[in-house]
Amino acid sequence: MFTQYIFHFLSIMALFSAVMVLASKKPIHSVLFLTLTFFSIAGHYVLLNAQFLAVVHVIVYAGAIMVLFLFTVMLLNLNHDERSPKPMWVNIMAFIAGGMLMLTLIGIFRGYDIQSAQDPMTTQIGLVKNLGKILYHDYLIPFELSSVLFLTAMVGAVLLGKKEQI
Amino acid sequence: MLASFILVLSLLVAMYSTLIERKVAGWFQDRHGPNRAGPWGLLQPLADGAKLFFKEEFMPLSADKFLYILGPSLTMFIALLTSAAIPWGPDLIINGAAYPLQVADVNIGILYVFAILSIGVYGIMIGGWASNNKYALLGAVRASSQMISYELAMSLSIITIVMMTGSLSMREIVAQQQGFNWNIIYQPLGFLIFLICAFAETNRAPFDLPECETELVGGYHTEYSSMKLGFYLFAEYINMFISGAVMATLFLGGYHFPGLDKLGLSPNVFAFVSFMVLFTKITLFGFIYMWIRWTLPRFRYDQLMKLGWKSLIPLAILNVVVTGVVILLNQ
Repeated sequence: MFTQYIFHFLSIMALFSAVMVLASKKPIHSVLFLTLTFFSIAGHYVLLNAQFLAVVHVIVYAGAIMVLFLFTVMLLNLNHDERSPKPMWVNIMAFIAGGMLMLTLIGIFRGYDIQSAQDPMTTQIGLVKNLGKILYHDYLIPFELSSVLFLTAMVGAVLLGKKEQI
Repeated sequence: MLASFILVLSLLVAMYSTLIERKVAGWFQDRHGPNRAGPWGLLQPLADGAKLFFKEEFMPLSADKFLYILGPSLTMFIALLTSAAIPWGPDLIINGAAYPLQVADVNIGILYVFAILSIGVYGIMIGGWASNNKYALLGAVRASSQMISYELAMSLSIITIVMMTGSLSMREIVAQQQGFNWNIIYQPLGFLIFLICAFAETNRAPFDLPECETELVGGYHTEYSSMKLGFYLFAEYINMFISGAVMATLFLGGYHFPGLDKLGLSPNVFAFVSFMVLFTKITLFGFIYMWIRWTLPRFRYDQLMKLGWKSLIPLAILNVVVTGVVILLNQ
């Protein structure tokens, strides 16, 4: 019962801060609300008994990526929303496109059988030992390949960032 | 119960660290340090606290009001979170039931510490930005880039400990260091890297660039006064205490001391003595923090970045590779 209340609290917080990311006038507030969204999602992971995923989520998203976002926004000192106002038809098109995406998502989840969800406390799939076994035994090659992909992206970023010709 | 005890303990230690810091500074500079308030200046922290409370609350006109208050509160809140995962001693036995001296024995304790560490920079960044002052903003920007750079080397130096222990639980890491089987003996390089990074993460000299008073007035807390400033300064001492506890736990055997478990003490006395052993180790780290602050001059900003990215991270990666090879050969 208690977890139900926490679930509702976290969900409301996640949705509210996600909306506020879009609604905030100052970019820095948007970044901070996005961080709050990540924290509430990390809370959901804890409720699903996936502590490892929760902590890694906080380390990677809140601790590294969002700090870099904040850093960039501060460095450019974007105090006000300096984007040029968009014409009306762009807004309408964006509304239609976003609405279609939402309808698709709702359609997917309506067909999904929610009753079959297992109690997270019995599966223990999110604990670090089980997760490690799955990643390094069953899915070793995709896992290693994705790390190579990250390395490629990193090398590419360094190459683009270098000023002089190589 | 234990949680509130640790909370009070960290606050008390942080309070008296300010006095010890000034005493140590006095010692290093061949003067007395504070000695007017109470015997040996023992009431000085109380006087300082009272002074901070009664100072004028000042808020810059163009500050972001909510974030301006959120900054120091968040810093204090995050500083107090880490202590939950640290094992402070062996189990206490009361009426036959064992009470572990650890608030939460999560099986990923070490990652929890890193998660808290990685979000520690938010308080400084938010405060520095909300002040709407160019020096505060520069301090905040410096803090974020410094912390991100040193976090990498810090996590890499911990990976070797995890590889050797085979567990992410703090309790398990301490248990494997029983007697004199301390991690510092097997990982001297890892310890050195971790120590240097801990200085950078707690914003202590010689890495106190975010508040560098010769260039940035007061850095991120330039516009803060009264107890809000007090929170920032206080959180630094709590961070020192907690990072000392983390270092003692990971590298210096936690609450273990060679020969202590062979004395045949009763469980509760043993728990108390073990706690005092851990506390002594933390105090030692506290002294090292102060020793270095009053010995070394501050780094220049480019030197700081060069040290982090070009020395510490390659060394830490080398350490990981060497440890991996040694573990593989020993199997």
